[in-house]
Amino acid sequence: MKRAVERHLNILEFTLASLLRRKAKNLSLLAMYLLVIFILASLLFFVTGLKREAAVILNDAPDMVVQRLVAGRQDLVPDGYAAEIAAIRGVTAVRPRLWGYYYDALNGANYTVMAGDDTTAISEKATIGAGVAKVRNLAVGDLLPLISYDKAPLLLEISAIFPSASNLVAADMIVISPVDFQQLFNFPSGQATDLAVTVRNAKELPTVAAKIAARFPDSRPILKSEIQRTYQSVFDWRGGMTLIILASSLLSFIIFAWDKATGLSAEERKEIGILKSIGWETSDVLLLKFWEGLVISLTAFLLGVILAYGHVFFLSAPLFAQALKGWSVIYPDFKLMPVVDAYQLAVLFFLTVVPYTTATIIPCWRAATIDPDAAMRY
Amino acid sequence: MILQPAALALQLIALLVSAMGLYAGYYGIRILGRWDPASGSEGQLELERRTYLVSTIMSYILSFELMSLFLFIYTADDLHSLFTGAMCAAGTLAVNSFGYPALLFKIVNFLLAGVWLIVNHADNRGYDYPLIRVKYRLLSLIVPLLLLESGLLFAYFDGLKPDIITSCCGSLFSHESRSISGDLASLPHLPMQIIFFSGMAITLASGLYFYSRGRLAYLFSAAATITFLIAVAAILSFISLYFYELPTHHCPFCLLQKEYGYIGYLLYATLFGGAVAGIGVGALMPFGKVGSLARIIPVIQRRLTIIALVNYLLFTLIVVWTMVFSALKLS
Repeated sequence: MKRAVERHLNILEFTLASLLRRKAKNLSLLAMYLLVIFILASLLFFVTGLKREAAVILNDAPDMVVQRLVAGRQDLVPDGYAAEIAAIRGVTAVRPRLWGYYYDALNGANYTVMAGDDTTAISEKATIGAGVAKVRNLAVGDLLPLISYDKAPLLLEISAIFPSASNLVAADMIVISPVDFQQLFNFPSGQATDLAVTVRNAKELPTVAAKIAARFPDSRPILKSEIQRTYQSVFDWRGGMTLIILASSLLSFIIFAWDKATGLSAEERKEIGILKSIGWETSDVLLLKFWEGLVISLTAFLLGVILAYGHVFFLSAPLFAQALKGWSVIYPDFKLMPVVDAYQLAVLFFLTVVPYTTATIIPCWRAATIDPDAAMRY
Repeated sequence: MILQPAALALQLIALLVSAMGLYAGYYGIRILGRWDPASGSEGQLELERRTYLVSTIMSYILSFELMSLFLFIYTADDLHSLFTGAMCAAGTLAVNSFGYPALLFKIVNFLLAGVWLIVNHADNRGYDYPLIRVKYRLLSLIVPLLLLESGLLFAYFDGLKPDIITSCCGSLFSHESRSISGDLASLPHLPMQIIFFSGMAITLASGLYFYSRGRLAYLFSAAATITFLIAVAAILSFISLYFYELPTHHCPFCLLQKEYGYIGYLLYATLFGGAVAGIGVGALMPFGKVGSLARIIPVIQRRLTIIALVNYLLFTLIVVWTMVFSALKLS
């Protein structure tokens, strides 16, 4: 046992020395390897971060949202629906929600306007998100003029601005009272945009949803779990798609690595020839090559992962953000919460180190089986 | 079809392993056909060199298989939220009929590749390549299985369609409302406990007997193999219950999760390690009399026996420890 460990340690020492002797060649390989790992790792970290962010936000979403469809399009829900749904056994609360989008011609942004509860939202006052405050240059106490659908101006006094911690959800938000909401959009009374339904026991959600769908055939109940699932697959899909686009760069790296491993320099051939003539066996040289690959792979992997961590979590992934986040006039600034787990690292390992190792098996074997005399005469 | 990065990584590995397997298998057949140790021809020298390549490839395949086995289970677990009713990997694997067969073949291929490497190790110790034909016949059995496994894996990921929101209404109620059951059939716990502990005891006794006297190797190997199967059934039947402290949760995959301190990795590593070593003892037995290996094989076998016994013992100790200190008491 001790001898086996010593053999590995000795060969490792030799490997490190021989890698350092050919700095230029190995550094160019390392740089390419590092770049590939850096890009893939950034992508994985970013997608996982977004998924996590979405999951955290959706945790506070209502258990179930009930919409009404007319001719396949979403329509307003009469208040009568809410009362009947509240009577279904297991339903704790039904809250009719009033919300919509307001297009601001001044700067081309869309605000999300929402009616607050009667208790908290005071007429002609508004609570706005930090994004709205920034584009309209507003502070607490200022007046925000909006044009209602009747072309009449509606003046709202800013009573508060949402803290920037809630930016991801609240950046473009304006919360006003239900009365102002109806006035702004000329919204019919006794109707709601949709219903937020709370059910005491999460296991009963599907049953309650089925009852609602049976009672109101024009309704469309959507469970929180379905929204979560949809978000998750959308992000997975975006990540996978980008990965497939990046596959070409991975492939070119593999070809590069293959080429590097095949093209032994005269000096390397001579070195292997000498090693074999002084008694190294083919399996020893293979082991040497194995350690060589491992040292390069692990160095590139560690450095690439660390760089990607900085890129995604400190710099907010400038290389991918545009492609993966989406775009809008008021786009919330947010920093992703750092999440790195063994699972992501394992996936990354399989996507980079395993193909690299596979590509170098045959070249390494060729190098290891050179005849000593042929190698030294070369 | 699912475009999740881990699923793509697994499919990439399946492709690479199949390609390596085919390459190794091709040279395996050439070696089987033309091997002639008495000849000093260039062709024979070339084949002798190829054997190094094939065994290097096989050891990579083995390590990739082992790592991807756990990645596969973990990915299945990660994907469970995409399917209605799936609570963990058990549910995700049941989404279509290729999930469990793919897992099964991954395990079988891992065991076979392990046995192959043991035979290879013994063969390399003899100066005249005594086991070359056996080795490459075994290889030509493993390669089709590797291809089959990759095919199943592709079919499985191809058939995964997440239950996402559809335009008419929530997917749950739109069409063929079906819920995936993550329940696995499990055997009653009391008889299973008796069988499990007697299996372990028989393996231990026969292993010690073989170690000290050098006889009854086949009995030990058979006991180790059967105990491996029993242990898997026991995990489903009662071991998992003690870990989860729930009398109804029989899942073999949740053990791998953080909530249970990743204990599953240790459990399965000891179990698989023990099984490979145990099967290896039996696999080497027919060659104990082959000229150049007569002295080498018994040494390797004894070492394998120790590895198998230590692994199984560790597995049993973890199980007993948990049974004693678990808050769950099964009457």
